[in-house]
Amino acid sequence: MTGKGGVGKSTVAIALGLLGARSGLRTIVVELANQERVQRTFEHQAEHFREVELAPGLFTISIDPQHSMDEYLRIRVGPIGHAIGSSRLFQAFAMATPGMRELLSIGKVWELAQLQRKTRGAAPYDLVIVDAPATGHGVGILRTPRTFAEIARVGPIAHQGRQIAATIADPSFTAIVAVALPEEMPVNEILTLADALDREGLELEHVIVNAVYPARFSEEQVGELDAALARSESSLGSTAVRAALSEHLRSDTQREQIARLRSGLESGIAELPFLFADPLGRPELEQVADALAAGLNEPDRAGEVVT
Amino acid sequence: MSVAALLEGKRVCVCGGSGGVGKTTTSAAIALGMAAQGAKVAVVTIDPAKRLANALGLEELENEPRRVEPERLAPSGLEIRGELWAMMLDPKRTFDDLIERLAPTPQRAQEILGNRVYRELSTAVSGSQEFTAIAKLYDLDREGDFDLLVLDTPPSRNALDFLEAPGRLTSFLEGRALKAFLRPTGIGMRFLGRPAGVLLGGLRKITGVDLLADLSTFFQLLGGMTEDFSRRAAQVEKMLKSDSTAFLLITSAQQESIDEAIWFRRTLEKGDLPFAGVVVNRVHHDILGDGDEQQVGAELAGLLTPELATLVTQNFHDYHVLARRDEQNIARLEPELDGRPVLLVPHLDDDVHDIEGLLRIHRYLFASAEERAQMIAEVVA
Repeated sequence: MTGKGGVGKSTVAIALGLLGARSGLRTIVVELANQERVQRTFEHQAEHFREVELAPGLFTISIDPQHSMDEYLRIRVGPIGHAIGSSRLFQAFAMATPGMRELLSIGKVWELAQLQRKTRGAAPYDLVIVDAPATGHGVGILRTPRTFAEIARVGPIAHQGRQIAATIADPSFTAIVAVALPEEMPVNEILTLADALDREGLELEHVIVNAVYPARFSEEQVGELDAALARSESSLGSTAVRAALSEHLRSDTQREQIARLRSGLESGIAELPFLFADPLGRPELEQVADALAAGLNEPDRAGEVVT
Repeated sequence: MSVAALLEGKRVCVCGGSGGVGKTTTSAAIALGMAAQGAKVAVVTIDPAKRLANALGLEELENEPRRVEPERLAPSGLEIRGELWAMMLDPKRTFDDLIERLAPTPQRAQEILGNRVYRELSTAVSGSQEFTAIAKLYDLDREGDFDLLVLDTPPSRNALDFLEAPGRLTSFLEGRALKAFLRPTGIGMRFLGRPAGVLLGGLRKITGVDLLADLSTFFQLLGGMTEDFSRRAAQVEKMLKSDSTAFLLITSAQQESIDEAIWFRRTLEKGDLPFAGVVVNRVHHDILGDGDEQQVGAELAGLLTPELATLVTQNFHDYHVLARRDEQNIARLEPELDGRPVLLVPHLDDDVHDIEGLLRIHRYLFASAEERAQMIAEVVA
């Protein structure tokens, strides 16, 4: 899952995780930016770089490059791996090498998605949801393995880079999903992302448009509101009517952007309603999951949140 | 306090914050306002909305600011006593430009620009935007053509990336630790002795020999330039920490954004970077005030059909919930700021992507605290 900051990507990722678990898939939500937001939402004691079960069938892990490298070295190089990993020179090398951090993180994601896990005693997952960091145009982390394969050419990194790149490019294995807000900039970014992915031979499978305002008022009702505002003598009444007109305007602007997105993309598009609540707790997340299920099943309409 | 007061005597204003909080628009509005007051201002933006870029006459990525023609600003109705300049940063060109200036010979520069490691470094890799943005800021500051530089930081998810990424890239370019590895006959290697041999073996096993060879070539090409990178990094740090620099934090009132703002503020403090204040965008103001929510339905009864009155009441209630949420989040932010001001900009009805829109934000940013309170009262009245 990709998307710029502030679009609610993490929330949607968790909601999708809940949906996966509900339908019986052993699901894990992976955070890459070392945020442990999932665990905080579930009021779970944060445990770094561990697969934690939050609810039946729903797991999470927070991945960082350092732990990924330690693990990789243990698996790859064996006992001396640890000695290498803890060497300061090596750390400097690995962490400073451009793209190495991303490669190590995505390498761990790849490991989580293997049916034969390399981590000792670990069980495979049916669905791995990656809350990817929002850098560049969102393609960066997807491209990293290939970049590395190209730079390194031979050797294990090149080999693994190619393997991971092939996995990402295989639509039967990997789906790229973008989360966006129905506003001009985010919509532009999604259109740019789709193009950028296309150039990499990748496909944007789905766009989830988050925080869509309800279309509460018909055009006819808006006319009535305008008229009412003109004759209103109540200050509180006028304020409430103005707030309604304001929302109508915002909602209209959003709908124009959604239309622009639909006409510019071949990907599936699902809408999620704006939630008039914050912070989001478990019950709200379950609601988002319901709305997401509805939005994904009926891609032409926003899922309704039942409260 | 107004932005003008916050930026009094400043030469550099860095606008930080996570993506999607109106950072670019705010940066442009600040630059516009300071230009109106008579300063020669350049705003360096990274990835503006197309309409805003068009409004400012920014057609393509560049590596030098260009003047925004006064006619373009006319729709704002503001009298611009100074000059507004703007640029949309081209990270790749800015990076190339830096190499060309630092390289001892044009031929060496070409070799570096053609090197594979460099090409990846200057384009695909995250951090190059942050690195070049800071590099550009430093150069513009040194050239001294402007009274004020406003930097709109790259739209990373994590605001801290902006502070950390340039350092990461610089330490790579300095490459001290690496050079010891990469020249097997180098002095570093001899000092390191056998353990280094084992490490190098491990490295080869993991990375593949060719990567090492490429890196080795790259650092040989850089040669003495790595010292220049170190020197520049030290000077950049001095600029960022100087009294004439102001870090402004841009955020929305949502929990996630506010959390990040608090974190960012703490990091600035740890890094000894001069923090000036916070702009909170898209604030839902409490339009109920001392009023009674129950009263809304009654007031609407005579005005609207029952069905429409119910919808309007529900809408009012929803926004009241948002207003209270925003209020709580902002209250959480305030104690973190050591008395530095919080400037609130209300949630406007549509996206801001033109000069008139900039002016709407500008009005709030450049108002005194009393004027701002007055304007917000007008919005909600």
